[in-house]
Amino acid sequence: MNLSFSEEDLKFQSEVRSFIKENYPSEIKEKMDNGTPVSKEDIVTWQKILSKKGWFAINWPEEHGGSGWSVTQKFIFQNELAEANTPNIVPFGVSMCAPVIYTFGTEEQKERFLPDIRDNNVWWCQGYSEPGSGSDLASLKTKAEKKGDKYIVNGTKTWTTMAQHADWIFCLVRTDSSGIKQQGISFLLIDMKTPGVEVKPIITIDGSHEVNMVYLDNVEVPAENLIGEEGAGWSIAKFLLAHERTGIGGIPHLKREIRRLRQISEELPLNEGFLKDDQLFMDKLNKVEIDLLSAEFTELRTLASISAGGHPGPESSILKIGGTDLQQSLSDLYVEALGYYAHPFMSEEDLKSNEKRIGPDFAANVMPHYLNYRKVSIYGGSNEVQRNVIAKAVLGL
Amino acid sequence: MDFLISDEQKQLQDLIHQFIQKDYPFDVREKLVKSEDGFSKDFWKTFSQFGLLAMPFSEEDGGYNGGPVDVMIILEAFGTGLIVEPYIPNIVLSGNLVSKLGTKEQKDSILPNLLDGDMQLAFAFSEPQSRFDLNDVTTSAEEDGDGFKLNGFKSVVMNGPAADKLIISARTSGSQLDKNGISLFIVDRDTKGVSLRDYSNIDGSKASELTLENVVLTKEALLGDLGKAFSTIEEVVNLATLAISAEAIGIMQKMNELTLEYTKTREQFGQALSQFQALQHRMVDTFMVHEQTKSLLLMAAAKMNDKSDDAVKSISALKYQVGNAAKLIGEEAIQLHGGMGVTEEMSIGHYFKRLTTIRTIFGNADYHLKKYSSL
Repeated sequence: MNLSFSEEDLKFQSEVRSFIKENYPSEIKEKMDNGTPVSKEDIVTWQKILSKKGWFAINWPEEHGGSGWSVTQKFIFQNELAEANTPNIVPFGVSMCAPVIYTFGTEEQKERFLPDIRDNNVWWCQGYSEPGSGSDLASLKTKAEKKGDKYIVNGTKTWTTMAQHADWIFCLVRTDSSGIKQQGISFLLIDMKTPGVEVKPIITIDGSHEVNMVYLDNVEVPAENLIGEEGAGWSIAKFLLAHERTGIGGIPHLKREIRRLRQISEELPLNEGFLKDDQLFMDKLNKVEIDLLSAEFTELRTLASISAGGHPGPESSILKIGGTDLQQSLSDLYVEALGYYAHPFMSEEDLKSNEKRIGPDFAANVMPHYLNYRKVSIYGGSNEVQRNVIAKAVLGL
Repeated sequence: MDFLISDEQKQLQDLIHQFIQKDYPFDVREKLVKSEDGFSKDFWKTFSQFGLLAMPFSEEDGGYNGGPVDVMIILEAFGTGLIVEPYIPNIVLSGNLVSKLGTKEQKDSILPNLLDGDMQLAFAFSEPQSRFDLNDVTTSAEEDGDGFKLNGFKSVVMNGPAADKLIISARTSGSQLDKNGISLFIVDRDTKGVSLRDYSNIDGSKASELTLENVVLTKEALLGDLGKAFSTIEEVVNLATLAISAEAIGIMQKMNELTLEYTKTREQFGQALSQFQALQHRMVDTFMVHEQTKSLLLMAAAKMNDKSDDAVKSISALKYQVGNAAKLIGEEAIQLHGGMGVTEEMSIGHYFKRLTTIRTIFGNADYHLKKYSSL
C-alpha cells in the first residue's frame, strides 16, 4: 500500500496546473469567483478548451478519445479543476450518455454520436424521472410505439436539468407494458428539435431555473436512435446510475469549499476578532473536514478497484450518500458562518448586473446554494433508494 | 400546574386561524410577498382591528395588557399561515421599546399610530461584526450641542423598507463590547444623513442596510436614559426570541402536517410513501421533536410571564432547541416531499425558507448553547 504521489504524478499535477492557469478564460474565472451565474456559452467555451487538449472525455476508452490516465492521474486532474474553481463539467453527455453509447451502441451509433460529445458540439440532457416515477423509476410510463421504422413517443419527463440548453435528450421509454415493470423499458435518443418536444421551466426555492418539464407529444423518433435491444433499457439504466453515482459526491469541489470556508473564518469580523474565534463553529468545520477525508478515501478505494478491472457497482451508492451528506452539511455551515447576512436575496439578474452585493462578497450565493442543495439527497436515486440498494445488493437483505 | 390557555386566548387563536383559512391562503401570501410593499397594509389594519397590535401593551399605553403567553399564541398561529406582516419588528421589538422607555411625548406621537396600524417601525440593532451580540455596538452617537450626531452602519434591519421611523442602538460611551454606554434613538427615515438600501430576504420578508452619516438629532430623539439602554434591549429581544420561537413551532407543526399528508397521497413502488417503515420512523421523529420543542416554548413563556429568575436561561434553552428542531424538521420535510419539495410552486419550500431564517434570527443554536452555559 502506498497512498502518496510518485514523481511522475507530481509532474503531471504541475502540467495540469499550468495548463489551467494559461487557458482558463479570465472572464469565466471572474464570474465563478464572485458568484455570478455562468452562461451556457461560458460552460461550452471552457469544455471546448478541455476537448481541444484531449482532456475532456478522460474516462472514455482511448479508442474513442479517452485519456488513458491512471486512477491517480484522474484524481489529480479533478482536484486541479476544482481547485482552480472551473465550472463543473456538465455530465449528461460525456459521463452518462456516452458510456451507454460506447458500451451498448452499434459501431454506427458510436461514430454518429461520440465525436460531437467529445468535442462539445452537442448538449445532452437526461430524460429519466416522470411526475409519477421518481424513486420508483421503473414505473415510468412514457410510451414509445413502434410504427414502421419510427417510434412514436408520448409522455412527460421531469427534473430535466438544463433541458433549456439541450440539443438532445436520452430517454427511458416504455416499449412494452405486458411484463413486470422493469421489462419493456428501452433507451432512446431524441433530438430536442423534433416536433412535439416542449420544455417548460420549473423554478426551485432558491429562485433559479435549472430543471424543467419535458413534454413529448407524438414525437417521431427514427428507430435507429434506439441504443441496445428493445427492452434492455432497465439494465442500461442501472449501469448508468452506477456511473452517475461515482463522482456525484463532488469530493474535489468540497475540498476547495472547506478550504475557502476556513479562509473566510479568518477574515469575517466577529466582535473584536474573527469568526475563527467561535470554537463551536470551528469544531463543526473540522468535523466536516474529517467526514470529507473518509469520503475521499472511500472514493479512492472505489476508483482503485475500478482501475483493477472492476466496474462501479452498488458500492457507488456509499459514495453518493456520503458525498451528498457532506455537500449539504457544508452548505449549511456557510449559512451559519454568515449569520444575518445569509438572509438577503439577490436574483440571478441582480448578480449578473453590477449592483453592489449585500454583506460580504461571498454571501449572495450561500443561502440559495443551501436551498438548492436539498436536491442532492433527492436526485440521482434518492438517498433512501441508495440505502435500499446497499441493503439488497451489498448486505444481501 | 395548568397548561391550558384561557377562553379569551383560545378565541384569539381561533380568530387568527380563521383569518388564515379564509383570507390568507398560500397564493395570496405569494402575491403579497412579490408586491412592492412585501406585505398587506390592509391586513395590517385588520390585525389592528383584531386587537393583535395592541395586545402586549399596557392599558395606559392603549393596549390590552397581554403577556408573553398572548404573544406566543399570536405568533404560533401566524407561523401556521406563514404570515409575512411584520409583527415582531413593529410590535414586539420597536413598540415595546417605546412603551418601556418612551417619554409621554414620545409615546403619544408613536403608540396610537402604531396600534392603529398607521405607522411602521423598525429596530436597527445588528452590525456586520456583532453577529448576535446586542452589546457589540460601534455605531456612535456623539453629543453635539444640545443634541446628538450619529455615525455608523446597521445591517439587515428587519422591516427597514416600510419603516416610517427607526429605533437605532448607538454607543454614547465605552468600548465596542461594553454593556454600559449604549443608547437608543428614534430617527425619522427621511432625516438628513440616513440612507437605507432596501431589499427582500430569502424568506419573503424585507430588510435594509442602514448607513448613518453625520445624522443630527435633537435631544428629544433619545429614547430612555443616556447609556443605559442595554438591559431593556435585552429584555425586548428576549420577548422577540420567544415570539419567533413560537412562530417557528407553528411552522414546524404545519410542515409536519403537510408532509404526513403528502406521503399519504404520493405512491411509489405500488404503495403510499407513508407505508414505508423507514419513512414512518422519520415522521415519528419529527413529530416528537415538534412536541418536545413546544413543551420548552410553553415552559419559557410561563417563566417569562412569572418573571422567574431563570426566564432568560429558559429562552436560550428554547432557542437552542428551536434551532436544532428547525433544521431537522425543515430538512426532513423537504426530503420526504422529494423533488416537489424544492419547487417554488409548493408551499412546503416557503415554510422551509422561513424556518431556516428563524434558525439565525436573535441567535442560532450555537449562540444560545453558549449563552445557556454561561448563565
